[in-house]
Amino acid sequence: MNTTILIGAFAFWLAAWALNSWLAVQRPANVAAQRAIDLFVPVLFGVTLLVLWEGLARGFNIPTVLLPPPSLVWERILASSHILWADFQQTFLKAVLAGYAMGCGAGFLVAIAVDRSPFLKRGLLPLGNFVSALPIIGIAPIMVMWFGFGWESKAAVVIVMTFFPMLVNTVEGLQASSAIDRDLMRTYAASYWQTLFRLKLPAASPFIFNALKINSTLALIGAIVAEFFGTPIVGMGFRISAEVGRMNIDMVWASIAVAALAGSLFYGVVALIERAVTFWHPSVRGG
Amino acid sequence: MSATTPIAAPGSGSGYRPEAGLTERFLASKAFAVSVIVLAIIAAWYAFAVHMNTQWQIDIYNRGNVEWTTTDLVRDTLNQARPVLPAPHQVAVEIWNTTVMMDPTSRRSLIYHAWITLSATLLGFVIGTLLGVSLAVGIVHSRAMDKSVMPWVIASQTIPILAIAPMIIVVLNAIGITGLLPKALISTYLAFFPVAVGMVKGLRSPELLQLDLLRTYSASRWQAFWKLRWPSSVPFLFTSMKVAIAISLVGAIVGELPTGAVAGLGARLLAGSYYGQTVQIWSALFVAAAMAAVLVALVGLVQRIVLKRMGQAA
Repeated sequence: MNTTILIGAFAFWLAAWALNSWLAVQRPANVAAQRAIDLFVPVLFGVTLLVLWEGLARGFNIPTVLLPPPSLVWERILASSHILWADFQQTFLKAVLAGYAMGCGAGFLVAIAVDRSPFLKRGLLPLGNFVSALPIIGIAPIMVMWFGFGWESKAAVVIVMTFFPMLVNTVEGLQASSAIDRDLMRTYAASYWQTLFRLKLPAASPFIFNALKINSTLALIGAIVAEFFGTPIVGMGFRISAEVGRMNIDMVWASIAVAALAGSLFYGVVALIERAVTFWHPSVRGG
Repeated sequence: MSATTPIAAPGSGSGYRPEAGLTERFLASKAFAVSVIVLAIIAAWYAFAVHMNTQWQIDIYNRGNVEWTTTDLVRDTLNQARPVLPAPHQVAVEIWNTTVMMDPTSRRSLIYHAWITLSATLLGFVIGTLLGVSLAVGIVHSRAMDKSVMPWVIASQTIPILAIAPMIIVVLNAIGITGLLPKALISTYLAFFPVAVGMVKGLRSPELLQLDLLRTYSASRWQAFWKLRWPSSVPFLFTSMKVAIAISLVGAIVGELPTGAVAGLGARLLAGSYYGQTVQIWSALFVAAAMAAVLVALVGLVQRIVLKRMGQAA
């Protein structure tokens, strides 16, 4: 046991905690300083977690097959970046993006079709809500059987997983415009498509983006878990399960770091687009 | 008024509407619409089953030089031992045989596997809910926690935890924690998030006016929490618990995939995919779906009872 490292880590933790508590109750006059604090506090919290992890792993001499310290994981990321990049291409750029686009697109189009028929709306909404709560991930072995080991089967899982949240949210969103607005469109003699594009879709966009955000994490999970059921020798899910078997835990953490980064960026990009598109919505407008 | 009703339709402005007959009300009911669509899905499923299993069946006919008619083909494609897509009745028979007709302690019984998954789900759900509630209480009462922890609670869910599941399980096994707990921890990680977010919203849902009122009563923070914040957060708690229990089940199933596939619904899925037992995969899938539905419905039932007793029923 290395006491100096342990004490250092704990001292850093306490100092960071004190600084954070102090910063959190500050109310600076200008907006820029407040923004900087709002950004700095969570970053410091994250850094503290990493320092604690590093300190505990090194201080207690935890075997690296159980919990490698972050510095080791970082070295591994640098050393095998070409493998991680190949995995990222296979899983994210092929399976996730293709499946996400097709699943969300299909859900969106079906929702618009369903919205025209009150009968389908009554019947499909409860079913869609029901299916969204099911462990859809279980279809992964079936998809692997049908579409083979390549990225196509993973994209198929992603399509099914992303379809229902998109369907349910879009159908709900298309009902979000108020009756008085729809009546106004009728007094303008607006056609169905004009009403759809000028009124219903803009009113539905907060719901649609909600589904897009939910789906961005679902898609990554679906693709990675589907790879557990059979895959060519590349892909993030394959890497994780294979390296766990060989007890190369630092490589597993490296893959996870890439997956986490990809997931966060994906979510962040969708959230940014949402801010740009639904700038009028109270949740975006009111700071 | 729906958008399709003409504004000038007879009676649309006056609010007059002829009394709807029994048939009309039935045709307009939700149950009717849902059943029609479910029946349509089952019909489509049969059609797909025939279509997807045809190639294999024709190969068999050609190899055996058997004369066949379309009726034979349809009958045989719906009753293959290892179909590409099993017919609904095959799945139903398999579920019946492995649940009702079999001793529940047997390793081939689906009830045995479902119970193992269910226990991990429930344990993870309970720990996750407690963790989520206590995090939310901390976040609502401490500005430092709100600013530093809340962003990470949200960031934690962009990490595909299910992808880490195999490692968590292997590592926990290596340090001697085996059995239920590793799987339950994965469920916990997934379940705490909706509860934490929902409860933060719920604990903040009392209006400023009400909080001020308690201040004028010189109520302590503890009293304000117990008499105002907690009761007003209960509807939010149940809504998030419905999400949490569904997601706990997913966590438990995925948690069963990597550990050598011994027992549980996830293990059944994996074993089925190794040996090409499609009927087994589909039946495990349907049992999992039924379990999710029952669990969500149970939480909903408790919600209705509790809210009614609290006088909050809608």
